[in-house]
Amino acid sequence: MNYSAAACLALQEAMQSDNRVVALGEDVGRGGVFGQYRGLQQEFGAHRVIDTPISEATIMGAAVGMALVGLRPVVEMRVADFALCAVDELVNQAAKNRYMFGGQGRVPIVARLPGGIWGASAAQHSQSLEAWFAHVPGLVVVAPATPADNYALLHAAIACGDPVVYQEHKELWGFEGEVPAKHRVELGRASVVRSGGDLTLVTWSREVHSAREAAERAQKLGISVELVDLRTLWPWDRDTVLASCARTRRLLVVHEAVQVAGFGAEIAASVAEALGIRVRRLGAPRIPVGYSRPLEDESRLGAEKVLSAITEFVGERGRNAAVQSD
Amino acid sequence: MRAGENAGLCGRVRALIPNGPAILNTERLLALYRTMARIRSFENAAEAASRGGVVVFGSDGASAQARVRGPLHLSTGQEAVAAGVCVNLQPGDFLTSTHRSHGHTLAKGGDVRAMMCELFGRSTGTNGGKGGSMHIADFSIGMLGANGVVAAGIPIAVGAAHAIRIRGGREIVACFFGDGAVNRGPFLEGLNWARIFNLPVLFICEDNRYSATTPTGLMTGGEGAAARARSIGLPAQVVDGNDVLAVDEAAARLAGCARAGEGPQFLHAITYRVKGHVSVDPASYRDVIEVERAIEQDPLRLAERKLRERGVSEQETARMRAEADAEIARAVESADAAPWPEAASAYTDIQDCGAGTWR
Repeated sequence: MNYSAAACLALQEAMQSDNRVVALGEDVGRGGVFGQYRGLQQEFGAHRVIDTPISEATIMGAAVGMALVGLRPVVEMRVADFALCAVDELVNQAAKNRYMFGGQGRVPIVARLPGGIWGASAAQHSQSLEAWFAHVPGLVVVAPATPADNYALLHAAIACGDPVVYQEHKELWGFEGEVPAKHRVELGRASVVRSGGDLTLVTWSREVHSAREAAERAQKLGISVELVDLRTLWPWDRDTVLASCARTRRLLVVHEAVQVAGFGAEIAASVAEALGIRVRRLGAPRIPVGYSRPLEDESRLGAEKVLSAITEFVGERGRNAAVQSD
Repeated sequence: MRAGENAGLCGRVRALIPNGPAILNTERLLALYRTMARIRSFENAAEAASRGGVVVFGSDGASAQARVRGPLHLSTGQEAVAAGVCVNLQPGDFLTSTHRSHGHTLAKGGDVRAMMCELFGRSTGTNGGKGGSMHIADFSIGMLGANGVVAAGIPIAVGAAHAIRIRGGREIVACFFGDGAVNRGPFLEGLNWARIFNLPVLFICEDNRYSATTPTGLMTGGEGAAARARSIGLPAQVVDGNDVLAVDEAAARLAGCARAGEGPQFLHAITYRVKGHVSVDPASYRDVIEVERAIEQDPLRLAERKLRERGVSEQETARMRAEADAEIARAVESADAAPWPEAASAYTDIQDCGAGTWR
């Protein structure tokens, strides 16, 4: 099953078991831009799978109002970049409502913000903005990498009583993988994709796949990488990351988002504070994503760049060890 | 007054003339007058308690005497809009409001003691001290929140109405916003959304003629709020927002239409903001004559004139105002004595998953 179908199945099951769950957004009735709502309007009707005007602020704001009156809306933003038209509704309204009003209400919405580079779509359809939302108290931030996790985490996000920013990756929709029936994953739990002893590599979303390939290639060079797919950015799984780093004594965080002020900085700083080990980051340069392939490639990471980061980091430590022993 | 009493009175009066137009009997006007007097008292008391509560340019900081801190947006002079609209709401109906929300909340049946405690930042406030004047909410009376962002209540109101429609309910949503809001995108988006989904929303543009410290007229193209609403297909009515009977009559009709499934309705109530944008704003940018004229049209004075015509004595209205003052004085006393929130509550009611931590 692919990543898109897995999400569609999770939403279908959630809507079957709970009639408070509704979906709203542009073109969802036709199945959504990426097929992630395929067949749902036929099954549940236009009153529960709601086609909306191109009104991002009101899509998000109406979802807040719906949630306050007892529904559990799943909000489609089409691409994360368009959710910037609804930032007031997400950050000032959804995220603040419960606290600001003294716990009177809950806003159990899932805001789906497909993120990441989408080939040749340029600067306004390709951003990874997860760090923005991880910064905001009140929000949960999720970024699944596989069909199984997209299925299980969407279930968990819909069941969650908090507003969840759910960042699927636009170039993973066709990614195939096994989805075990009734598979469940708790929010806030990372997945150790691969065990290793020389370095802990923490990443999420599409870069999990780049990192897996890089780790396999590193193994052939004699470097053993422990790969952690964070899956949920807030709350992030400190226990799993710290336990791994305590063993490997090296942390490399990799993310497709711009490296400057990315969520990798938070993880790296937290690990350095807790363990005093050496940390490295690999993210995109601080440039908008360009249209033309040579420009776009500057923003893409991929296995080759991740492998270079691994070998440089491990090699550097070797050099330092040699210097210290002199 | 306990929560819901306004609506209860409305129900009794309605029972006498079930299908009549606006019910212009004396009992109803007295009830409206009483609501307006309570709002006026509340605003006066809040204003008095806020002196020194905001750092004004050139001053040396907030006074320790101020019991209401931060920006306080008063609806003094706008009471007829709140009273005239909310008397037409049922207890189960919903309400969204603005940063200038005290009157709407009180008129919907809010508990003035809990409201005053919130202004004072006490744990017994409507929001446990987490919101203050700008964010008063009382979900128990359907008041889904005052909002610090202009026009931000509009999409929320529309969503609440959408949920009512999906669930097959008969409630309506009253959505208050100011004249400044008509220049923000959510106004267009929200009205359009309510129209295409035929939602039970009564939009109320409470036009006090100022967008913060700028006359809205200078900042608004075209024919204004009602014309904009009509262009999206909403029935819209313009009323004198200082004439509580006019507001009541219009709101009764429009709320009735919304309740009957006729879709969103729009009321443009023109009033005047007697005070500044916030309590510490002397509003010296306004023409003195403009303000004097507005005060002549004070909604309580207008209502009193009509009550006299109906044989209600000056003593009677004075007694009602004194009762309101006494009630609000008790609320202030109660707020003064109420406990502060525990610092630990700063970390509660943020989220269930990943709550209230440094990391």
